[in-house]
Amino acid sequence: MKASGLVHRYGDNVDTDVIIPARYLNTSDPKELAEKCMVDIDPDFVNKVKPGDIMVAGKNFGCGSSREHAPIAIKASGISCVIAETFARIFYRNSINIGLPIIECKEASDDIEAGDKVEVDFDSGVIYNLTQDKRYQGQAFPEFMQRIIKAEGLINYNNSR
Amino acid sequence: MGMTMTQKILAAHTGLDYVRAGQLIEANLDLVLGNDVTAPVAIKEMDKFHKKQIFDKDKIALVPDHFTPNKDIKSAENCKCMREFAMDNDITNYFEIGEMGIEHALLPEKGLVVAGDVVIGADSHTCTYGALGAFSTGVGSTDMAAGMATGQAWFRVPSALRFILTGKPSKWVSGKDIILHIIGMIGVDGARYQSMEFVGDGIANLTMDDRFTIANMAIEAGAKNGIFPVDEITINYMKEHSTKPYAIYEADKDAEYEKTYEIDLSKIKPTVAFPHLPENTHTIDNIGDIGIDQVVIGSCTNGRLDDLRMAAKVLEGRKVAKGIRAIIFPATQKIYLQALEEGLISTFIKAGAVVSTPTCGPCLGGHMGVLAAGERAVSTTNRNFVGRMGHVDSEVYLASPAVAAASAVTGKISGPEELGL
Repeated sequence: MKASGLVHRYGDNVDTDVIIPARYLNTSDPKELAEKCMVDIDPDFVNKVKPGDIMVAGKNFGCGSSREHAPIAIKASGISCVIAETFARIFYRNSINIGLPIIECKEASDDIEAGDKVEVDFDSGVIYNLTQDKRYQGQAFPEFMQRIIKAEGLINYNNSR
Repeated sequence: MGMTMTQKILAAHTGLDYVRAGQLIEANLDLVLGNDVTAPVAIKEMDKFHKKQIFDKDKIALVPDHFTPNKDIKSAENCKCMREFAMDNDITNYFEIGEMGIEHALLPEKGLVVAGDVVIGADSHTCTYGALGAFSTGVGSTDMAAGMATGQAWFRVPSALRFILTGKPSKWVSGKDIILHIIGMIGVDGARYQSMEFVGDGIANLTMDDRFTIANMAIEAGAKNGIFPVDEITINYMKEHSTKPYAIYEADKDAEYEKTYEIDLSKIKPTVAFPHLPENTHTIDNIGDIGIDQVVIGSCTNGRLDDLRMAAKVLEGRKVAKGIRAIIFPATQKIYLQALEEGLISTFIKAGAVVSTPTCGPCLGGHMGVLAAGERAVSTTNRNFVGRMGHVDSEVYLASPAVAAASAVTGKISGPEELGL
């Protein structure tokens, strides 16, 4: 499994309230949520994002509320992978459970800039920055989590057992 | 190598004698919780399951508390979806608004969580029940759906931080000040993926309500759970509220902690977290003049009886400053009634505060107290992120009920001492 696209760049402690503000949580429709994704820190994101693009952030991405609407909004906006130095734990498991690929890598998080073209190989955890011609070794998922992601989420995984 | 309290509870629910930090396990659940924001997503996910039956109608709790009483048509549709699911599946613990409360105050009060339980909830503040010596943690809607169908959830066994609490907090210092102090010390990701295990003889000086507040905000340090040992205070609380059998687990003497912090509770001062992260803490004597527009007292963090009593002590015989909006919302119907019978509600109304039915509304900018651009609130809630209570250019300062109440009187961020209390 691979992802490839242009980078949207954010800082540390991006919380789920800015990924999708609570005032929009009266719906769970992925398309409606995607229209408001990142609106409070990057109002232009929804206009800029293209299918396959990659989000890169610093520490503790997705902290705060347990709203699954946050990874749903990111996935439905077209983002193919989120790279961060670290993820908050509920966001981490929600992403795996809904099949949004995420990967932790400090070097990539430090290095990658907005607009870089980046490729991610989920099986090996290798992140390739085509713009800067650099490779970073991210943390590949344990096999159990890879099975959930490959099944495109926990429900399908459970159904197939 | 011994196990922490959390690891022991998880091992017991996995049928294993021993688990170690980092191990992936599937644990049996004693309770699965959802609310009107997260449960509808889970219910849609349930539809995709081949197995559509719920695992146990007595072990699921559904609480319409976030955007209730229904704030708009879409919220009403969400509540309807959850209500119909509860009725169709004959769910025992569905609480309509007249018998409800904010979920994390309600569940312990109804006796649905006791020591030794493993609980997941599709709400990040599910970690509150660690106050009772249970393992409880927030998850998303898909986990909730899988939990409702299978009675199990996957976990990576957490490592732990230990907090040794000693001493007695001073007069106006409560659980909120203690947890804000700790988050200020370790940061919003200081306990990421880990357990926060509280121990020490200072715990005997903390009421159950203090402990609920502290465990509630473990997530604000990134923790998987926060947990307290079970003592006489816990046992009395459980006897009063529950008929469920409980199990007491203690950490092994040789349990491994990644770090140990010693905290003298007598040295903690009233503490306020400035925008836009709960780690931006300042003690009350280092605040300066910060004018405010709104005060919010309540939520799953600070809407319990101790909190309301503390606020009433400050507001008794005083008035909310002209032009300041003070909104007080008891966390459950039972707490509301007790506050009414004790005369606290009368104190609040005479002081010029608004008293609201239990709801999560104001805490997350849903309804019942949304902020305009440039406005500033002192709030006893748990998050002060950008736009949390309304406009992206509004600000939230997190504080205890005593500080929030005093601030309502002075119109700026103040401790009760400023009122001569």
